Order: sequence, then structure tokens, then C-alpha cells
Amino acid sequence: MAMSIAAKANALWEYANPRKFLATSERVLPFFWITSAVCIVVGLVWGFFFTPDDFRQGSTVKIIYLHVPSALMAINCWLMMLVTSLVWLVRRHHVSALAARAAAPIGIVMTLIALATGAIWGQPMWGTWWAWDPRLTSFLILFLFYLGYVALWEAIEDPDTAADLTSVLCLVGSVFAFLSRYAVNFWNQGLHQGASVMRAGAVTGTDTEEKVSNVFFYPLLTCIIGFVLLFIALVLYRTGTEIRARRVKALLARERLGA
Amino acid sequence: MIALLLRDLKLAFRAGGGFGLGLAFFLIVTVLVPFAVGPQSSLLSTIAPGILWLGALLACLLSLDRLLALDWEDGSLDLLATAPLPLEAVVSIKALAHWITTGLPLVLAAPFLGVLLNLPAPGFFWLVISLLLGTPAMSVIGTFGAALTVGLKRGGLLLSLLVLPLYVPTLIFGAEVARRGAVGMETQTPLLMLAGITMATIALLPFASAAVLRINLR
Amino acid sequence: MTLSVSDLTITRGGVPVLEGLSFKLTPGQALILRGPNGIGKTTLLRTLAGLQPALAGQIEGAEDQIAYASHSDGLKPTLTVVENLAFWASVFGTHDIQPALDAFALNDLSDRHAGNLSAGQKRRLGLARMLVTGRPIWMLDEPTVSLDKNAVQMFADAVRSHLGQGGSALIATHIDLGLDGEVLDVGPYKAKPQPIGDFDGGFL
Repeated sequence: MAMSIAAKANALWEYANPRKFLATSERVLPFFWITSAVCIVVGLVWGFFFTPDDFRQGSTVKIIYLHVPSALMAINCWLMMLVTSLVWLVRRHHVSALAARAAAPIGIVMTLIALATGAIWGQPMWGTWWAWDPRLTSFLILFLFYLGYVALWEAIEDPDTAADLTSVLCLVGSVFAFLSRYAVNFWNQGLHQGASVMRAGAVTGTDTEEKVSNVFFYPLLTCIIGFVLLFIALVLYRTGTEIRARRVKALLARERLGA
Repeated sequence: MIALLLRDLKLAFRAGGGFGLGLAFFLIVTVLVPFAVGPQSSLLSTIAPGILWLGALLACLLSLDRLLALDWEDGSLDLLATAPLPLEAVVSIKALAHWITTGLPLVLAAPFLGVLLNLPAPGFFWLVISLLLGTPAMSVIGTFGAALTVGLKRGGLLLSLLVLPLYVPTLIFGAEVARRGAVGMETQTPLLMLAGITMATIALLPFASAAVLRINLR
Repeated sequence: MTLSVSDLTITRGGVPVLEGLSFKLTPGQALILRGPNGIGKTTLLRTLAGLQPALAGQIEGAEDQIAYASHSDGLKPTLTVVENLAFWASVFGTHDIQPALDAFALNDLSDRHAGNLSAGQKRRLGLARMLVTGRPIWMLDEPTVSLDKNAVQMFADAVRSHLGQGGSALIATHIDLGLDGEVLDVGPYKAKPQPIGDFDGGFL
């Protein structure tokens, strides 16, 4: 048993080899592109045209199919960067550092989508585009963290130094982002409803006040799965690009050295 | 360690050391606020705790550039890294020196600037307490930011971008203590949170600062 | 304390610059480091001083034994000569700076601010710092830049007396110091480009 786990772990580390990573990711990428496109299209069409309007929120509720998945991915993207940063710091696998670098702009876009759809949703519901609500504020802070992270990557020339420094920043930043989340909660109780998608009451239907009922839940789930697949596809694709860019850089450096 | 602290203080207080810059900046920000928002004393006294906290934070931010950059440029950091002193101690001392030359003067100046902004009487005590507890965290976090960007030619703006989000919890709890104190509400919860954050950053962040400094030195 | 280096590979910006380097530095010995510009002499000294990690190989006897002088001297222009030296003396826990002042003829300058010194005087002050560290192995990177003939002689004397007291020195320089040290030419150790296509070959 222990042996097989160890063997599996080893198998995972094999993808730290850039070449193996590229070969495998190229094989699986079409699957992720297609399934994510199918899930998102099905989820959005289902959600937009085949679900009833909410009795209080009307048709504006339908933006949930973009808002919730992008918000989830904005957070999960940072978590992924945290894990890959740790892997880089501990095991020094270049692919891991590059994956973190590749994921950051995706996280920025997801955060922006979540903020923008939130503003569009908030305007008719709360009568304002922006409120300093804890969730909104937390996302704004997350956005700042992403910006700083990307800016640090861009500012440092030596790739290994950049990977090291951004990894430490990601670690420290995670702690502070977490702290900020609590600080912001304390600072303003807010308008935004709680995360109601996965709550037990939402699934069992006992929580009648703030649940997302099953009619909305299944298309939403489809959209979330679609976004997860899209995220994986984008990260694999962008990591591949980063690996090739690094290779070009290395070849150029070799040429200079040889000359 | 004492030698390093004394040297840094001496450097700060001598001509061109930059001591007082943060203080002057704090003064100017505070003086400019009434021009921007209007002279109504009720409005000023409402926003006074927040403005003073923000002014102190920005003044602190302004001085972070020089915290490690000068020692980096003249090679002192290389030499310190090969000295018997652990780098964790070096960055802690640097942060302490920064606090004494920047944070502490801000704390002491804040009540006087509070008068300009019509800070309510009970607010003075809490303003000083909150700044006294919060500014060390700002120095320690700032040292981390300075260590991250020390090797960069124009790292100043990037340093601000990196450090500002890290200042959010300190700012929220610190300003909340001052605000609540000014209107006579209980301040215990935010005060404890502020103290907790400061203690934790002082205890843990120097390890991260030393680690990134080591990476930058290679 | 003998410094022994075996099969060392060092990198600059992730690219190996010197490989397979082995040598020993015994007490009382001076080793002159030679090689064309850009070969990696500074990188080698920094690696030995512990400022950057080596890619491969062993360094023994370096821990807390090395005093390193880089191109820049770490002097503070607003501190006086004595204050600058006294600071480094207390960081290294030695506290006695008089011998260092004597060896580099800095007594007359002791109250001058380092910012008002000439380039050569600054360099002397930087080298005097080596004496106050109390460390046996000196690593000097182009120590004689901007020194006049007299000062070079002063420096050579200081190194000689350091060697006489059982210290050792590794000096990267292009001029003849008149020391009877061995010469280590690092030219032959220049790293060959790795073959493309091995495990991390695409990355270097």
C-alpha cells in the first residue's frame, strides 16, 4: 500500500520534467478545451433560457452563472499558486514555478470578472455599483495581491530569483490575504449574502431564506465545472508557453556564452 | 547587534540621513486634508482618526525605499551577510531602527496633528495607543517589502504596490481602535487583534525577510 | 584553518561559469586568482564567502573563517573613519581597531568623514576592515583598484604580516603584488555548455 502511494507520488513528480509535461499536456489539452466549452455553453444556455426568474430578483439573478464560478476560480487560482510555490521552494521543480507564474494573470481576469459581474448584479439589487461590502472588499484586496505578484515576476530578470521571491511573496501574501478577509469582515458586516451555493440547507432545501434552489443549482454546477475545466486548460496552455519562452531564453543565453 | 542599531540611528540622524522626512510628510498630509474636505469641525473630527492613521501609514511607506537600498548599494549587506550576525537579526535590527527613526516620531507627533483635525478628547489616548501598537508592524512588514525589492533599480513603486495590501489588516484594526476610542465605544476587540498582528509579524516575518534577502544577495 | 575546495561548480544567473575547480588554501599561504574579465572570479569569491550556493562540489573550512572584500567597501559617507571601522569591529566582535589604522596609515584621517576621502583613501579604509574582522581567510576582489604605488606596498605588507600570523589570502588581481604566493589560473576551468536535451537542459 505504502509502496503504491510512493510510486504514484513519483509518477506525479515525473511531470516536473518540462518535456514530459509538454507532451502530456498537449495530449490532454483538447479534452479540457472541448469539455469546458461544452459545460460553459450548456450551463449558460440552460441557466439563461430554461430556468425561471427569481421571485425577488427577477432575471438579474442569471448573472450568477458567471459571477459565482469566476469568484470561485479567483480564489482557487490563488490556492493553486500557493501550492505550486511551495512545491518550487521545497522541490525546485521549474515547471511548478512556471505554473504559478502562468496562473496569476488568469486569476486576475477571474477576479475582474467576479468584480464586474458583481457590480452589474449589485446595481439593480442594492442600488449601487460598488459598496464597501466585506466580500467585495476582499476581492479588491485579492486583486491587489495578484497585481503585486505579477509585477514582482515582471520586475526581476533572473528567472530563478524571480521564482524564489514570488513564491515567498505568495506564501506571506496568503497569510495576509487570510488576515485581511477577517479584518474586513470585522470592519463592515455588509450587504452581500453568505456563500449560499454549497450550504447544507441549500441542498436539502430546509433553508428557505437564502438558498439557491435546485432549479438554479444544476445549471450553476455545470458552469462551475466548466470554469474549473477552463482554468485547468488555460493553466496547462500558459505553462506550456512559459516553458517554451524559458527554453528560448536559455538557448539565447547559450548562444551568447558560446560566442 | 547593538552596534548595527547604533550605526543605523547615527546614519539617520546625521545630515542627509532622511530623519524627519516622514514626519514632514505626515504634517503636510494632515494640513492638506481640511483644504480638500472643507473646514467643518464636525466632519473633521469624524474622519480625524482615519486620516491620521492613513497619514502615518503613507509616511512610513515613503521611507521604506531607503531601509535596505543604501546598504545594498554600498556593499554593506554583502559584508553583513558574511558577518557572524544571522541575517534574521540584521533585518530585525533594521526594522527596529526604522521604527525608532520613523514610526516613533509619527506616534509622538500624531496627537498634535490630531488637534488640527479636531480629534475628540477621548480619541487622543487611543490614537497614540493604536499607533504605538501598529507602527512596529508597519516597519517589520515594510522591511519584508524592502528585502523583496532591494535588488531592483527602480523598486520604489513596486515596493509600495507589494506592501500596501499587506498593510490592510493593520490599518483596519488600528484605525478602528482610534475611531472607536474617539467616539467612546469599547476598543478591546480591535486592540487585541492589532496587538496580535503586530506580535505575529515581529515574531515570524523577519525569517521571510532574511530568506528573500539571502535570495537577492546571490 | 585550511580551506579546501573540491570539484566545485559555480553559477552566475543560473548558468555554470566555472566547473571542476579544486584547490587548497593552507595557513600562511597566499593564492593569486587570475583569469580574463568575466570568467567568474567574483562569482567564485562570493560562492566561497557563502553569499551564493555552489551548483556542485564541496567547500570545507569556510564557515565563519572568511573575511570578504568586494568591489564596494560598505563605507558610510556620513560616518568618520574611526566610526566606520569601529562598527565592523564590533559586528565581528574584535573591538580593537588601532592595528588596522596603523597598517593602512589612517591615523591622520581618523576623524574625517568617509565621504570626504579620496578613492584611494576609501579603498585603504575598506581594506583596513579586513584586519578588524579577526578572520583568518581573506578573500579580496581586485583590492588594489585606485591605490597608488605606496598604498599597494602598504596593502602587500598587511597581507604579508597576516600570512605571517597564520592567516591565508585568496586575491583576485591583475597586478603583481610582490607576494610569493602561488597563482591559480581559473581559465582552464571555464564551464563547457551542457548538451541540449537532458533533463533540465531546456532550462539551464
